[in-house]
Parts: sequence; C-alpha cells; structure tokens
Amino acid sequence: MLKALFADLSAAPTHRPWPRFAVGAEGWRGIGEALREGKLDLVGLWGDVDAVHCALYEPATQNVASASIEVRAGKAPSLAVFHAPASRLERAISDLFGIEFVGLPDPRPWIDHGRWPLHTPLAELPRPHAPLPPYRFLEAEGPSLHQIPVGPVHAGIIEPGHFRFTASGETIVRLEERLGYTHKGIEKLLDDKSIDEAARVAARVSGDSTVAYSFLFARAVEAALEFHPPARAVWLRAVMAELERIANHLGDIGAICNDAAFSMMHAECAILREEVLRACAVAFGHRLLMDRVVPGGVAADLEPVGAEAILSVTQRIRRQFPELIELYENTASLQDRTVGTGVVSAELAAQFAAPGYVGRASGRSFDVRLALPYAPYDVVPIQIAVRPEGDVDARVWVRIREMLHSIGWLEAALTSIPGGPLRLPVNAAAGASVEGSALVEGFRGDILGYVRIGPAGRIERCHLRDPSWFLWPLLEAAIEGNIVADFPLCNKSFNCSYSGHDL
Amino acid sequence: MRRRLFKNLFTAPCTEPVTEGAATLEVAGAQLRGVIARSLGRSLAIREVDAGSCNACELEIHALSNAFYDVERFGIRFVASPRHADLLLVTGPVTLNMREALERTYAATPAPKWVVAVGDCGGGCGVFADSYACVGAVSKVIPVDLVIRGCPPTPTDLLQGLLELLSGGAALGVNTRHS
Repeated sequence: MLKALFADLSAAPTHRPWPRFAVGAEGWRGIGEALREGKLDLVGLWGDVDAVHCALYEPATQNVASASIEVRAGKAPSLAVFHAPASRLERAISDLFGIEFVGLPDPRPWIDHGRWPLHTPLAELPRPHAPLPPYRFLEAEGPSLHQIPVGPVHAGIIEPGHFRFTASGETIVRLEERLGYTHKGIEKLLDDKSIDEAARVAARVSGDSTVAYSFLFARAVEAALEFHPPARAVWLRAVMAELERIANHLGDIGAICNDAAFSMMHAECAILREEVLRACAVAFGHRLLMDRVVPGGVAADLEPVGAEAILSVTQRIRRQFPELIELYENTASLQDRTVGTGVVSAELAAQFAAPGYVGRASGRSFDVRLALPYAPYDVVPIQIAVRPEGDVDARVWVRIREMLHSIGWLEAALTSIPGGPLRLPVNAAAGASVEGSALVEGFRGDILGYVRIGPAGRIERCHLRDPSWFLWPLLEAAIEGNIVADFPLCNKSFNCSYSGHDL
Repeated sequence: MRRRLFKNLFTAPCTEPVTEGAATLEVAGAQLRGVIARSLGRSLAIREVDAGSCNACELEIHALSNAFYDVERFGIRFVASPRHADLLLVTGPVTLNMREALERTYAATPAPKWVVAVGDCGGGCGVFADSYACVGAVSKVIPVDLVIRGCPPTPTDLLQGLLELLSGGAALGVNTRHS
C-alpha cells in the first residue's frame, strides 16, 4: 500500500531513516482512504509553519513512511474526515499553528483554553489574544440523564485533566475528556535550542517515560545526523528502558488492584517498584533515570555493583511475583471487578493503532521492539504478550507477562553488554537542514519523534507524539456502559499520560 | 489469600538494614512526628496539586506512601480534598491552563494553611522557563512557605523539606501569613 501510494514520488533527501514524501491534495486523499480502509495505521500527525506531516505504518509489510502536504493560504485538507483518530491531532495543530483543516468534523479548540497571552503560538505570526467562547461539551439526551464533572484537580496524586460524565443512574452513557491543562509549550520551547538543551526538555515530556523520551530524542537526532552511537551505550539505553518499563508496570498493576479496593496488591507491588527504583539509583545514579540517555550515547556507566543491584532485584521479583499473580488470579472480589470491565474492541484497537498494552490486550500484536526492531532488540529479541479480551483483566495480564519478559531480557542483556566508550561527541552543525524520525516502545506504547536540525546545529522543529494521543479516545469508548465506580479502575488500566499528551 | 495473610503473620515487617539514607529518613521522620504532634495534636493533612508537572514529582510523592517510607506512621496523610488539608504540595511550572484551578484550590483550603512548592519547576520553572504557556514558580501565583528542590526530589528530600518547614517555627496557627 505504501509503495502504491508513493510510487511516482521521490523521497525528501534530507529525511532519515525512513522516506518522507511530499504529496498533493490527491495524495493526501489517498492516504485518508487507505487509513479508512484499515490498510495503514496513523502513527503521527503534526504541523509545521508551512506544512502538515504524517507518519504511516503498514502492518502487512511492517514498513513506515512519512508524508507531507503543503499548507496553502493557511489551509490543509483534513485526514479526520476519513479517519477519526486524526481529529484531536488536527485540532491541536489548528490551535498551535493556526492551520485550518478543510472538512474537520470537530472544529472546537483542543489544547488552547484561551488562557495564553496569544493564539497559534507556533505560527509564523501568532495571533493576539482574544477571548474564546465557552467550550461546548458534546450533548447526550435522554430521560433522567445527569452529568458529573470531574477535575482538572483530581482526588488522587495524579495529573490534571477534566472528565465530563453523562450517566443514567450508575451507568455511564458518555464520557468526554477535556485535556490541555498541562500544556507547557514544549514544541515552541524546543525551537532554536541546542541538541543538549533540547534533550533535557525532551526528557521531561512525561516523567514516567523519561528514558523512553530521551532514547527517542537521541535516536531521532542520530538518524538525522547519520551518527552511530557507541555499542555499549546502545545496550545501556535498553537496560534503562526495560528498568523503566518494569517499574511502571509494577506500580500500575498494584494501583489497578488498589482502585478495586484491594490494597494488599498495591502495597506488595509498591515494595517491588521501590526496589527497582533503588537499583536504578545504584546503577545509574538517578531513581527515575532522568537525563541518563543523551544524544551521542549515555551519561552514566554501569559498574559491576550496579549490575549486581539490578540482578538482585530481578531475582527478587522472580521469587516474589508468582505469589502475587496467584493472589490476583484467585481473589474473586478482584476478578469480579476486572474481568469484563472497560472492554476495547479489536476493531477500535486496530482503527486507533492502539499503542502498547491497550492494543496488545485487544489483539493488536504490535510492539516497536519487535515490528521495527532497533538496536539492541535486533540482536536479543523481546517476546511480547497478546490477549484478545480487551478488558481491564487482559490489560493487567499483558502487563504482568510483559514485565516478566523484560526481566528475562534484562538478565540476558546484562551478560552481553560490550565494552567501549559511553558517549561520542555529536557534531550537529551539518551545514544543511537535516531531518530524522524515530519510533521507540515506551512502557505505555510506541512514541514517535521527529526532529529537524538547522545548518548551525540548532533545532528547527521537533515533535514528540505520546502514545496517549491514541489511547485517550479509546478510554472514552471503553467506559461506555460501565458504572461510574469502575472509571478509576479503567482509567488506571490505561494509565494515559496527561503531560505527554498536552505537551 | 488466607494463606498469604497467615504467612504474613509470621514474617517480619518490611525493614531494611540501616544505611545512611534510611537513617536520615528515620531521624527526619521521628522528628517530624514530634513536631506535628506538638503543633497540631493530630495528623498533618496534605493535598497534592499538580499544576502542570511532567508527573515525575508525583511518582516520588506517591513513593512516600510505600512500605519503605510509609509516612502515615509519622502522622502525614494525603487527603482527597483541599477542604480537608493543612498543606498544599504543589508541583509543576504552573501552566496558564492550570493557574485558575490552582488559585481555586488554594482558596478552598481552610486557613491557616501552608504551601510547599515541589521540584525545580515548582521552585522556579525548571526547563520550562520562558514558555508562553507557563507562569513559572508556584510563588508567582500563591504564597509559598517552602521550596523543595530536585528533579524530582527523592522521597527522603521531601520528608526533610517538610521537617524543615514544620520545625522552622512555622507552627500551624502561629503562621499568620495565610490566616
């Protein structure tokens, strides 16, 4: 399909590692139709001053390509007309660049709440501030429906966002999310930054995925500059990425059970999570491994004492976790809450190219580490877990299995880390504009990164697409027909990022 | 389940050898418990507010409740509503989209109250300085009694920060700043 779509076009010579094609209105329409027919997955859609770009994945051939369409007189044709998952992305591009998407079915603003000193901050000429009309939530009509507004400040220690529930008694008829509260203007901040400065910002897009984002940013930059990081660094990056995955899965498996009022699992998992974080601190000097992966390599070496700390915690998890799995499986009150709750259908998971465990729990067997393997997963492959049920229970199981696979991978990897330098200097001043893209599997799912570096080695445009862009809409679908009390449980089983989405 | 509970009856609690870090925690925690008991005569109720953080600070604040730190034993409790809180723990570079929500949370917290800004963002905007979408330090929006730096601060940093606040003469009720 990708081949057929772009057969007559030549790829932009500056974009690496996969091709990027400039298409016209007809080509853009062809992409829309292929997305609608399910032949391609939309893995990213982002704006530029004078263009709109998208990244596409073809499941049948496991190929990726990007495409761009020029913006004329401030307008571009909408992909959301063909493919619903593009809708919020186009609304966000409109808010940031002022591009009008012709035919966009939902033209309400998304990230812009009318509170910034200006509008369209990334456009060539940002518009002065003018009050926005009140945000209109979608309507739900029927006898005895009532609304429950929740947030942006939530009851737990979590990120801010607004949920508007419409319920009939206890049953949720519609959930609509209102996000953007944590928008920090990251894409604008990245503009004109040096590579090292930008890496520090990229590491803070979503704190729970800091390794994944640093890994992603480094890979995109290195692809653009055709730079090959040293072998030892490549392995250490993946060691950190798997540690991050294990810590997050442990925390969330416990937290999901806690939201079903089963706090014992939460307490036990939290102990294991803490031990992983402490091992990270011993091994790499930071509990969450922030700023440890950098363009050019890694910023911290793994000494024998660190490797020992990691192995001792993986062995401890191996010893203690089976008992916890048994507890999860054999507690009827817990199973009663998780089985059959918050179902995401396989069709929706496929349409939204559902990233990570949400997709894999609904039968979508996609993991970047396996589908588009990057070093070192091309040498030591990772196993993935897929379940067909699509409910909270399936998501818990996928995460349990995935965590155990990561432990196995880590233990194997630790024996095969080569020696050599940790970091090599990156000469970003290529003398010309260069572009790089990358996909990395974070704990939540695939993250896409695009970076364009100017002739002097400073960032011209950088876009980082969190998996949550395609997960939040699925949460709205999953909760329909469930009771209000099951929302926290469903929400935690998705654990979407607010900060990564709002950027 | 029963088997596990039974087993737990005969296992020692989750303790660890006293290393430097753990000793600091225990000492700070015990002092904190004393100060809280003296100034409040009950637990200290904390409401956490994420005003646009990247979520890393939240992860570490969460960790305060795990069995290693278990701050409830020192008389520290996280509550679900600002109306139940003595102290607001605020993270993030305060995005403009969260500014009003933070102001309203502050207004909903009964006086006298404390505010602690957490992290390099909450303390001074961190890497997000100069963004069109961020106000900056928490103190630009509401009065702040203490800043706990770090990106993110560790659980031990957080506890030591709270101890500093409470033992710095800022006994609740004496602190007239926000009453």
